Amino acid sequence: MARLTLDGLRTILVACAGEDDGVDLSGDILDITFEELGYDSLALMESASRIERELGVALADGDINEELTPRILLDLVNGAQAEAA
Amino acid sequence: MSTPDRRRAVVTGLSVAAPGGLGTERYWKSLLTGENGIAELSRFDASRYPSRLAGQIDDFEASEHLPSRLLPQTDVSTRYALAAADWALADAGVGPESGLDDYDLGVVTSTAQGGFDFTHREFHKLWSQGPAYVSVYESFAWFYAVNTGQISIRNAMRGPSAALVGEQAGGLDAIGHARRTVRRGTRLVLSGGVDSALDPWGFASQLSGGLVSTVADPERAYLPFDVDASGYVPGEGGAVLIVEDADSARARGAERIYGEIAGYAATFDPAPGSGRPPALGRAAELALAEAGLTPADISVVFADGAGVPELDRAEADTLARLFGPRGVPVTAPKALTGRLCAGGGPADLAAALLALRDQVIPATGRTARVPDAYALDLVTGRPREAALSAALVLARGRHGFNSAVVVTAPRL
Repeated sequence: MARLTLDGLRTILVACAGEDDGVDLSGDILDITFEELGYDSLALMESASRIERELGVALADGDINEELTPRILLDLVNGAQAEAA
Repeated sequence: MSTPDRRRAVVTGLSVAAPGGLGTERYWKSLLTGENGIAELSRFDASRYPSRLAGQIDDFEASEHLPSRLLPQTDVSTRYALAAADWALADAGVGPESGLDDYDLGVVTSTAQGGFDFTHREFHKLWSQGPAYVSVYESFAWFYAVNTGQISIRNAMRGPSAALVGEQAGGLDAIGHARRTVRRGTRLVLSGGVDSALDPWGFASQLSGGLVSTVADPERAYLPFDVDASGYVPGEGGAVLIVEDADSARARGAERIYGEIAGYAATFDPAPGSGRPPALGRAAELALAEAGLTPADISVVFADGAGVPELDRAEADTLARLFGPRGVPVTAPKALTGRLCAGGGPADLAAALLALRDQVIPATGRTARVPDAYALDLVTGRPREAALSAALVLARGRHGFNSAVVVTAPRL
């Protein structure tokens, strides 16, 4: 099964919730919280739903919190995939 | 700051998004030149619908007006509302530099149809792909209060806010409540109404009301007060007004005052079969009384103009009783845009304020032959220049809503 890359995550975020005018998503965003990147909980729910449909990995409700960063999200998704493999 | 009963609510900013004209001046020009905003529906294939005409906004590219974060979460009606709100605030010269506190700024809007187009798309995903495909933003994108909320969030307007629903009358109710909010002490309230339901489902819903014209000629389909009146044509869009405490507007150096929201009232019709008359006239009388004016003070009436013969007759009777036969110039420029539902009243109010500004009354679209029995002095064919100091704007919503607003020219 395909791993979720940072680029793949960027594409999903923009498709599901657009991008904040003041944020450069193409930069080094791995350890910046989604909140700081301009994504609220609804934006993350919408993106998580897309990830689940495309990669078959469901995030737990508690995973979407104020501390969530792209790095943590990618680890969760790809870790779950590794477990399933 | 003045005491509550002396506070006056004035309009310091305007914007219109309507068929035939994005932006206040384009809208006004299209009304004065008689440009018809009604055309064959192009949003979807309506060839199997019994009515195929609509007043469509066809020059609005959402991504030019809104940040991309807002695009996945907004219905077309909310996009119009957000853009119109931006334009109205700019027109009023209100922004972060104006020195107004977040809590001094309220938002009161009306939409009667909600996010039909957005919801139609999500429902399509629901039944064709399943619940996991439905956007989380459906949770609020459909909702009547969404325009008030999105405008409030985007512009950091945290003062007293509300959403009102009253079909075609609701837009005037929003303006009336904005005035009330200003009189209670909020310095500025962004108000108005916007609607759009021209997707396959929304349009079908509008047709199900049974009052939409089935005439195929866009020049003949919506003729308010005409002998050939055959129903109305649905349109999309509306208007946003910045309603402000007059003293506060002066204190911040507002660039212009279009006029005063001098009076407002709403009534509800008696139950069908009661034998009692409709309550539109009572709404007009109450709004006049609140403005401290008599019918003789009104220079022009912007009528509801249903385009349905029995409703036109009822409105004409009301006006003849109030003003005397042919006692006041009457117009219904919405004949050029279609009925905008909650957007209709605010668009008419914008036109009324511009009429006061330019001392000219726009005509009633293509309406040409008015039954003598209506005893109306209807402005038809071309605009009429006149000395205008006060306008009465009327709106009726389906199933009994009546609202009336009196606007007066700015005091010198």
